Amino acid sequence: MSTAVLAPRSDSRNKQRSNFELYGWLFMRISGLILVFLVLGHLVIMNILDGGVQRINFAFVAGRWASPFWQVWDLSMLWLALTHGGNGMRTIINDYAERDQTRFWLKMLLYVSTTFIIVLGTLVIFTFDVSIG
Amino acid sequence: MSVNTQGFSLRATPIGTLYRGGEGMWTWVLHRITGVSLFFFLFVHVLDTALVRVSPAAYDEIIATYKTPIVNLLEVGLVGAVLFHAFNGIRIILIDFWAKGPRYQRQMTWGIAAVWLLIMIPGFYFMTIHTIDAIFGSTS
Repeated sequence: MSTAVLAPRSDSRNKQRSNFELYGWLFMRISGLILVFLVLGHLVIMNILDGGVQRINFAFVAGRWASPFWQVWDLSMLWLALTHGGNGMRTIINDYAERDQTRFWLKMLLYVSTTFIIVLGTLVIFTFDVSIG
Repeated sequence: MSVNTQGFSLRATPIGTLYRGGEGMWTWVLHRITGVSLFFFLFVHVLDTALVRVSPAAYDEIIATYKTPIVNLLEVGLVGAVLFHAFNGIRIILIDFWAKGPRYQRQMTWGIAAVWLLIMIPGFYFMTIHTIDAIFGSTS
């Protein structure tokens, strides 16, 4: 005699579940740990050492981006900070926007604007031209 | 300690939960507030840096606003927010991955507060010394 009762954990909902949120959770911890070093280093150099923000100008930026080391530093920071922050904002939208429509459009706005900022920042680092003036 | 209708005593942080009440809840709230603030600042910061592709003059002009007294104070707030978010992030990782993390989460919170103050006091001095000099200094 066949039964209509499915075996435990075999219903279609469970089969279709992805590990996306698990990887997101793990990504926040890994990217966060790397960002602690990248961002705190950035802040110490830019805001505290040797006069801090008072000495920053175009020439200062040009001097730093002459080195591939700082280019890689800034590019990693840009990508990690925006994906880390973007995922955090996604979580917050999911938590507080109750209507499906609101949630959907807020996240669309988030994805479009975050992608724009990542692309813009990447182009700025790769196409920086000291002799632009 | 008050007693609710079920007759259970209400502790500041009920046993077995991390996020209901006390240090666990308030660090969670602060982590969200600092996180959202930093995300919005990040947008502005990439946009102002993008002006290096317009002209040196345009970039120097926008960076000049970062050197004014009020924005300078906001930068102290920015560094404070980053420091809290970074330290509390490490605390969250320790709670998740270190076997004794949940047991020591409250002590870690007060550890964060202590290290935060230890860095922010000299940090405030070095970040604002130029502004303080410009406003109150007689020489230089």
